Amino acid sequence: MFLNDSDLQAIWLTIRLAGIVTLILLLLGTPIAWWLARSKAWWKGPLSAVVALPLVLPPSVLGFYLLLAMGPNGPVGQFTTALGLGLLPFTFWGLVIASVFYSLPFMVQPLQTAFESIGERPLEVAATLRASPLDAFFTVAVPLALPGFLTASILTFAHTVGEFGVVLMIGGNIPGVTRVASVQIYDHVEALEYLQAHRLSAVMLVFSFVVLLVLYAWRPKPVRGA
Amino acid sequence: MGGIQARFKLDWPGFALDVDLDLPARGVTALFGHSGSGKTTLLRCIAGLERSPQGRLTVNGAVWQDDARWLPTHQRPLGYVFQEASLFPHLTVLGNLRYGLQRSGGSATQHTPDPGAALDAAIELLGIRHLLERKPDRLSGGERQRVSMARALALRPRLLLMDEPLAALDHQRKQEILPYLERLHRALDIPLLYVSHAPDEVARLADHIVVLEAGRAVATGPLTDTLARLDLPIQLGEDVGVVLDAVVAERDAAWHLARVEFPGGSLWVRDGGQRIGDPVRVRILARDVSIALQPVNGTSIQNCLAATVEQMAGDHHPALSLLRLRVGPSPVLARLTQRSAVGLGLAPGMPVWVQIKAVALIG
Repeated sequence: MFLNDSDLQAIWLTIRLAGIVTLILLLLGTPIAWWLARSKAWWKGPLSAVVALPLVLPPSVLGFYLLLAMGPNGPVGQFTTALGLGLLPFTFWGLVIASVFYSLPFMVQPLQTAFESIGERPLEVAATLRASPLDAFFTVAVPLALPGFLTASILTFAHTVGEFGVVLMIGGNIPGVTRVASVQIYDHVEALEYLQAHRLSAVMLVFSFVVLLVLYAWRPKPVRGA
Repeated sequence: MGGIQARFKLDWPGFALDVDLDLPARGVTALFGHSGSGKTTLLRCIAGLERSPQGRLTVNGAVWQDDARWLPTHQRPLGYVFQEASLFPHLTVLGNLRYGLQRSGGSATQHTPDPGAALDAAIELLGIRHLLERKPDRLSGGERQRVSMARALALRPRLLLMDEPLAALDHQRKQEILPYLERLHRALDIPLLYVSHAPDEVARLADHIVVLEAGRAVATGPLTDTLARLDLPIQLGEDVGVVLDAVVAERDAAWHLARVEFPGGSLWVRDGGQRIGDPVRVRILARDVSIALQPVNGTSIQNCLAATVEQMAGDHHPALSLLRLRVGPSPVLARLTQRSAVGLGLAPGMPVWVQIKAVALIG
């Protein structure tokens, strides 16, 4: 076998994590992006900055704050304990929440650009054709922004797969629970298992390349405005 | 109360709109003015795309906006044709036509038992049946605009709004669409507000006109009367003049001429290929009208009509004067030099003969 069982387990965990995070961010990032694309409120600037923070912040900084917030003395930690959910750090769902923050800009920014490029006109047209704003969003804005949705989802998925620092801070290194592929490679290197590290790294390299290839080469043509 | 009562006040940086209009319940009302005069903004206020805080709008007795209420655009039974073609690129022509229809089921059934019939009629009127399966990017500019007109019509709106629907098209495409608009004009039993800065479109299509200048309505009324106002000469195109509704009464095949009758008289014009009985419009520019005290013989001018001087006024140059005459009930404007007016001893109430050098048949 090319990869051993724990490698496969790490890959499966990584895919599951990235998939769930992408789904959550589709639901969460879409309204944020929509609002950012259309609002003229003064706090649009500050909110854009907050959304973009994970782009520039060292992952360990983000992970550190999230660890504090979700820990036994943090507000999120006290909340989850009160709900009887226990503490989130070092669990899969803790990792999911951390990754949602970490990958937020990769969902929001392409979507925001897509929504902005649609402009006001198609929605005004929809309104004159009796479509309520929500109706117009789903039947006009979403279909016109479809390439943006695709780009945003691929980027979010890929970026979550590539996450390392935040995982180490929040999730540690529990096999099957928080040990994702990037951490597994780190472990292999620590243990001087260079062959295993090579194999898993090669898989990651090919995956990343294919994702980017899909994104750039086979990018869906934007629907031309008529 | 029928018709449209619209009062809007907007105060934007660098632009103010302040209008109080009472528009007829039928026919085409042109909102005419230069760019920046507020015509599009006024139309957007009526559609609810722009919010005027102290506005009031009643359409055929239904309140769309007053101090207490404000109907959002999607609840107003209107049809809107935007300046640039605004078809949804992700839907076929038929998909575009159905988009509004599917959402207006309730209000459409009041008018027609079968909403599909309205769609069918719109497809027929605009001549787009052969385009239904195409995507908008496979249509010419003129075809797209015809589809968006059909899309608005298929809703069976109570009010049709068009924002310079021909402005983005070249001359040839315009000529291709105008006949459809004229058909629409004749078939329509609802008011159509037509924003335009193109004099030829207004002369061809409008029954009423609202002239906007810097956000204010400077003149409003039936097209023929408003164009014949001397206190406010409206230059529709190259010069002031009147537009008269007429009917083709006779065709002289030997000379390629047609006689058109308007209330009060008739005129010989170049044969435009219309059939006898067809409604047409003629435009007579003030500079092409001269005046004689007796019927003149031995002239090349074909059209000579008995008229009465109604009103006289100065013109843009002190050497000139502008006269309004009546041929029966129809007004005609004439431009003379002050010297000829005085020389002929013209005065209101005087019977004279007007010689019309040129008559333009406009559709």
